[in-house]
Amino acid sequence: MSTRHIVLGLLAAGPSHGYDLKRRHDERFPQARPLAYGQVYTTLQRLVRDGLAEVDGTDADGGPERTRYRATDKGSVELAQWLGEITPPAPFVTNEIFAKVVVATLVAASGESADPAAYLREQRAAHMARMRELTALKTAPGTDLATVLSADYALNHLDADLRWMNTTAGRLAALTEEINTA
Amino acid sequence: MSTHGGTPLLAARELYKSYGRAEALRGASVELAEGEILALTGASGSGKSTLLHCLAGIVRPDDGAVVYDRRRVDRMSEDERSLLRRTEFGVVFQFAQLIPELTVLDNVSLPLLLAGASRPDAHAKAGEWLERFGALGQVTARPGQLSGGQAQRVALARALATGARIVFADEPTGALDSLAAEQTMTALVHAARETGTAVVLVTHDAQVAAYADREVQLRDGKVVGAPGFAPVSASASVSASASASASEEERA
Ligand SMILES: Nc1ncnc2c1ncn2[C@@H]1O[C@H](COP(=O)(O)OP(=O)(O)OP(=O)(O)O)[C@@H](O)[C@H]1O
Ligand SMILES: [Mg+2]
Repeated sequence: MSTRHIVLGLLAAGPSHGYDLKRRHDERFPQARPLAYGQVYTTLQRLVRDGLAEVDGTDADGGPERTRYRATDKGSVELAQWLGEITPPAPFVTNEIFAKVVVATLVAASGESADPAAYLREQRAAHMARMRELTALKTAPGTDLATVLSADYALNHLDADLRWMNTTAGRLAALTEEINTA
Repeated sequence: MSTHGGTPLLAARELYKSYGRAEALRGASVELAEGEILALTGASGSGKSTLLHCLAGIVRPDDGAVVYDRRRVDRMSEDERSLLRRTEFGVVFQFAQLIPELTVLDNVSLPLLLAGASRPDAHAKAGEWLERFGALGQVTARPGQLSGGQAQRVALARALATGARIVFADEPTGALDSLAAEQTMTALVHAARETGTAVVLVTHDAQVAAYADREVQLRDGKVVGAPGFAPVSASASVSASASASASEEERA
């Protein structure tokens, strides 16, 4: 996840203060961790250092002085390039749930106490509970589209985990047997 | 089993049902509270449809009891069961099963006419339900002219229009893409909540099950996690240590 490109993208709407960028980020990505103001500030510094953004001016209007930033042409080119870049389709499978099931199966096969089937059942229940929350959030009357999009994203990923867990629950006996005969 | 107090609206106790040598249900029990939306999930062949059919009085179990509103559904005559399905139960399947010769409005009106409503009353009520399901634009269409999602919403309007207390839906979104499924499920859940109708929803799709209040998972004709359900390697202490290590990870 590239915060600098997201900030660059928000700057495309026109010159903005750091605080406005933070607010617009948090509105657009409601389920994401809110951007810390310090993070916005360091990101803007680096964009300026790399020639991707520049200071547009300062405003005071009564309060403390605030710096306005705008994207440079180089910044626009960089943004367009990032937007068109294909993300590698997850080449490395390193996931906590996956690791736990494999390790639990190894441990159980060696006679120690571990129950991958019970773990999968409980993990599945936790996933379902979260999916119910997200579905309720997304279908509540008047929910804005930014929330719907991020709930959809989370739901589809949880669903992918769940499907893997279901398939794996059905493969546990075979997996244990393979470990035992190895 | 139920998380709700009081007498359940519908309860199945220890149901058994075999088709020849296939044991579809092997002691399945489930309860449904008034107004509850319950998802029945599980792998293909785990007995979801058979359980739904037993609950809805479509199929008679070999053994066990189905109690609806203090009445034994499994002991009712065929006439009593079909009366129940016309009045208090609504049923929806994966493919809408609308009557192709009738317009959408007449399809939804038919169960109301069978229940004794006059034609103008039936049409008025059918129109209201079609509006609720966002299908008012299709009243004069024939089922063959509808998309899958539109047809499912018409079938749901038909199931709810009679004032059913329970709607049984077997994979109602099974043939729909994700956006059509979302529209259909949202319409069903909102209508059920507004009218206090309970829903039994069979699905193998977790995203559809997530619209329900609660999930009951079937495996090999039994409810997963119920007393008498035997996990692969049962040990309470082991399962407790699995969840303890999960919460340790969260703290780390
Ligand atoms: N009418 C029938 N005749 C013969 N066997 C049947 C009949 N209905 C169900 N079965 C068998 O009973 C078992 C459970 O079937 P059921 O249709 O209830 O499963 P399901 O969970 O709904 O599966 P799916 O997700 O594939 O719809 C299966 O082995 C099936 O072959
Ligand atoms: Mg089925």
